[in-house]
Amino acid sequence: MALDTRTDRRPSFTGLLWHSTVGKKTAMAVSGIVMLLYLVVHMLGNLKIFFGAADFDAYAAWLRTIGEPFLHHEWFLWIARVVLLAAVLTHAVAAYQLSRRDIAARPMKYSHKRHRASYATRTMRWGGVILGLFLVWHILDLTTLTVNPRAASGHPYANVVATFSTWYGNVVYIVAMLALGLHIRHGFWSAAQTLGANRPGRDRVLKTTANLLALLLTVGFVSVPVAVMTGLVS
Amino acid sequence: MRLTLRVWRQQNPDAPGAMATYDVDGISSDMSFLEMLDTLNEKLILAGDDPVAFDHDCREGICGACSLVINGDAHGPERTTTCQLHMRSFKDGDTIDVEPWRAAAFPVVKDLVVDRSAFDRIIQSGGYITAPTGAAPEAHATAVPKPAADTAFEHAECIGCGACVAACPNGSAMLFTSAKVVHLNSLPQGAPERESRVLDMVGRMDAEGFGGCTNTGECATACPKGIPLFSITTMNREFVRAARKGR
Ligand code: HEM
Ligand code: FES
Repeated sequence: MALDTRTDRRPSFTGLLWHSTVGKKTAMAVSGIVMLLYLVVHMLGNLKIFFGAADFDAYAAWLRTIGEPFLHHEWFLWIARVVLLAAVLTHAVAAYQLSRRDIAARPMKYSHKRHRASYATRTMRWGGVILGLFLVWHILDLTTLTVNPRAASGHPYANVVATFSTWYGNVVYIVAMLALGLHIRHGFWSAAQTLGANRPGRDRVLKTTANLLALLLTVGFVSVPVAVMTGLVS
Repeated sequence: MRLTLRVWRQQNPDAPGAMATYDVDGISSDMSFLEMLDTLNEKLILAGDDPVAFDHDCREGICGACSLVINGDAHGPERTTTCQLHMRSFKDGDTIDVEPWRAAAFPVVKDLVVDRSAFDRIIQSGGYITAPTGAAPEAHATAVPKPAADTAFEHAECIGCGACVAACPNGSAMLFTSAKVVHLNSLPQGAPERESRVLDMVGRMDAEGFGGCTNTGECATACPKGIPLFSITTMNREFVRAARKGR
């Protein structure tokens, strides 16, 4: 009997990942963690609003100068935007493709229904859609200023106060940040599972970290609209 | 005991199925769930009706042939196989819903019987080791470290019943596949195919139309053999390692 020889070309690492459910989930975990790290920094930066308009606006101006003189004005910001856009697209496309597949794999539902998974776990898909829509609105509101009631370019403090002086501004942000908290509560631990980083001895620490991160981000982000509503920031 | 059963009836793979209601009487709490179904079938046969088709073989919880989603739980309310589930887990007068495993990759053959040969094809794609045949090897020739032996044994307990697929909201076969991958990848005997095994078995699993893992954990909760959710974590790690190394 002749043994066959493997002469086929080896598939590339990224190709192998993107064409399997396990690998695509890895892409989601990595892109999710990139966004999560960004959000921690973003949330901490937002808290500068509590030091007043001069501080906050100066901080926003400084963001544009990071890396100078090696980088040109605003280049760092554009690099960050490109990385984040790639992360959002990878995450959303993988989520869409995997979800379609998951739904097709259970074409017939059980007639005896029951819920056992936690609320955060069950709402990853719709929560993700809410976050995606929020991202669009958020950029139109505070980056391009298209829908901002004040729209004063170079004065982010005034724009933020204007957003949170409308009822819909507050509702949109607070709902989105609650969705974010839930998404991270399941997502952070889930990413550790996907990346093979979890172990029996680490499970509790990872779940607690997920809850703390979720709480920290939600409270930190929501503190800004609450401060404007209560007049602490005006 | 007197019970009301709502059972999925489906003539053949292409016929539309429906839940049918039956009353069964004279059930002893010491009967297994399958014996209770036998009682129902005797009644149906005597009345000239078609008995309910369901899978079973050993009836002692080791072969993995029995299935059934009972009141929404794969293998019913206890952590065991349906053949080892006893009627004392139910109350007199209960209404019990009995459905087949539901997954695109497990089409219904008849009533409660589904075709699980997708699992066989996953095994064929990599659930083996290459060993010379002939005389049995010297038992001490390959030393297996105790922790590796324990891990392999824990995962070798999988009986391939498919409860993980039935319980998963995505009809995913990750727990089954990972049990097999981790079992063989933990052992020195499985080392030569360590990379190709995980790549091929995951590839086959996807090709069979199972869903992906969302780390919901329903599979490990339903597993009658207690295969841990960490089995999937380990397979994820093995997969990325193998994809990086190539086969
Ligand atoms: C574009 C909007 C988004 C969509 C459509 C989306 C959707 C999803 C979906 C469907 C999942 C899988 C859920 C599951 O497996 O049960 C997921 C997981 C995850 N998401 Fe998102 N999400 C979005 C935004 C975000 C953001 C802004 C973050 C930043 C923190 C994030 C972090 C994560 C993480 C860490 C995971 C876990 C990945 C894994 O299980 O390996 N997502 N997302
Ligand atoms: S019939 Fe063999 S495990 Fe149930």
